Amino acid sequence: MEGLSPEEWTAVRLSLKVAFVAMAASLIPGIAIAFLLERGRFWGRQALDVLVHLPLVLPPVVVGWFLLIGFGRRGPIGAFLAEQFGIVFSFRWTGAALACAIMGFPLLVRAIRLSIASVDRKLEDAAGTLGAHPAWVFGVVTLPLILPGIIAGMVLSFAKAMGEFGATITFVSSIPGETQTIPSAIYAYTQVPGGEGGAMRLTLVSIVISIGALWLSEWLARRARRRVHA
Amino acid sequence: MILDVDIRHQQGAFALHARFQSDGKLTALFGPSGSGKTTIVNAVSGLVQPDHARIAVQGRVLVDTKKSIDVPKHRRRIGYVFQEGRLFPHLSVRHNLLFGRWFTQRNERKAGFDHVVELLGIGHLLDRRPSTLSGGEKQRVAIGRALLADPQLLLMDEPLASLDDARKSEIYPYIERLRDQGGVPIVLVSHSVAEIARLATSVVVLSEGRVVASGPAAEVLRHTNFFEQGGLTEAGALIEARVLRHDERYELTELQARAGTLSVPRLPHPVGTSLRVRLRARDIILSLRAPEGLSALNVLPGFISSIDEAGRASVDVQLDCGGDPVVARVTRRSVEELGLKSGLAVHAIIKSIAFDPEALGVAGQKNIRNLRP
Repeated sequence: MEGLSPEEWTAVRLSLKVAFVAMAASLIPGIAIAFLLERGRFWGRQALDVLVHLPLVLPPVVVGWFLLIGFGRRGPIGAFLAEQFGIVFSFRWTGAALACAIMGFPLLVRAIRLSIASVDRKLEDAAGTLGAHPAWVFGVVTLPLILPGIIAGMVLSFAKAMGEFGATITFVSSIPGETQTIPSAIYAYTQVPGGEGGAMRLTLVSIVISIGALWLSEWLARRARRRVHA
Repeated sequence: MILDVDIRHQQGAFALHARFQSDGKLTALFGPSGSGKTTIVNAVSGLVQPDHARIAVQGRVLVDTKKSIDVPKHRRRIGYVFQEGRLFPHLSVRHNLLFGRWFTQRNERKAGFDHVVELLGIGHLLDRRPSTLSGGEKQRVAIGRALLADPQLLLMDEPLASLDDARKSEIYPYIERLRDQGGVPIVLVSHSVAEIARLATSVVVLSEGRVVASGPAAEVLRHTNFFEQGGLTEAGALIEARVLRHDERYELTELQARAGTLSVPRLPHPVGTSLRVRLRARDIILSLRAPEGLSALNVLPGFISSIDEAGRASVDVQLDCGGDPVVARVTRRSVEELGLKSGLAVHAIIKSIAFDPEALGVAGQKNIRNLRP
């Protein structure tokens, strides 16, 4: 079997970029929402919980469709962002990243939320009596203790982004070099005669990246856990 | 005044209405579980917001609900040693100890790291992780961590409750040293009379959310009626004594108190050490004449100063033995048959093995003076 063609390399690089940006951009909102849902006592918490989890249960095509009408050039949010900040999502790789971030968001939030629930709040009280301002308590006690959960959430988000297909192709289509990620490239190969070789190559790449990400996260989480528990 | 507390707080069906002041170097909050001890220390530290309260520590008002004063917990400078230690699992012992330092102004740092480490004997643990420490070691580190944040008051909520007796007696000497040389006043929550007798200079007795007695330890411990929940047998006198000599042949130690000499089972303390000795009321027999032909080694002559009601069948006879207060629990019938009354000369008889070894503590000179109101 020959190596990857330049087009295939482009798809791999694009997929990695999209997945990485999606993961990085959703990290801080993910931690914030996880805290709100786990610790917050406010009106509408249930509704927010449902909203965050929707991408997990809705058909991805539906999420893509919502993005298209909301963040498209003529969509209310898309038009506003394009005019005010010059940020365009439709048919750009940034749109693919947005779709991937939203699809992976429930997984990220769930993982972080579980680790927040397991934090012994008495440790935070103890830090307070030692003179630590609540912001410092978060930074030097809570955050290190939930690090394994954050890492797990990041990997899930990354993996989801690498595999995202339905919402991405609905929202930003499959433009080679701009929005054609590995899954949509594989799909494109299956639609043309003689595309089996390319589909197989990209499938193998996809498997290698997924296993690599999983292994990396296990290693990082084990290190973090050892810091926390041992 | 070191501690001035007035709290009214409702927590479900439990109502706390506690008001007391203390100037003791080690104030014990004593009472059965559910009497409100922990709620009080939590209110002092800021972990609980009481409904109505005024709390001042060393003259500094931390809470005054009338004036809407509520100093946030991280600015209160109240050290807290929790029952379960609560060491940070992700930090080494050294960084646990230094945690409070990160939040103290340089010019406010008084407690020296090396001094605290030496005081608590934790120098060999500095690079270890909390999870590798024994229960006793964890509590010593927790005490050090609280001290190094330079608190104005150190709260200890039953810090030894989770430890077995051997570990407890491993930590008592450190708390005694802290009380005598630490310079930080301590509030100790406890439900063990022996622990209080050993450590406290002042005692606040709580029952069902109310203060039923407070004052110098020797005073409060002598009055037995406060200890009903702990069993009526726990009353006793706290006196000061000095190690006079050791009798190696019979494995005994002789102590000199103002009341006279006392023989107790061999103690490890060197000759000359000042000790606090607790004489439990139930271990004391009264006799009108100096006894002969008795196996008990300790006979203290004295006068009856008062007779207090203690229960249906028994009374507590308060004695003055050469200036030392002693209390004896006797039956109402004995009082009548012997004709016991105030001013009568009697002999208090105590078996040597009756001493409560857990309640036997080293006393700093200053504390002994504080014990005498």
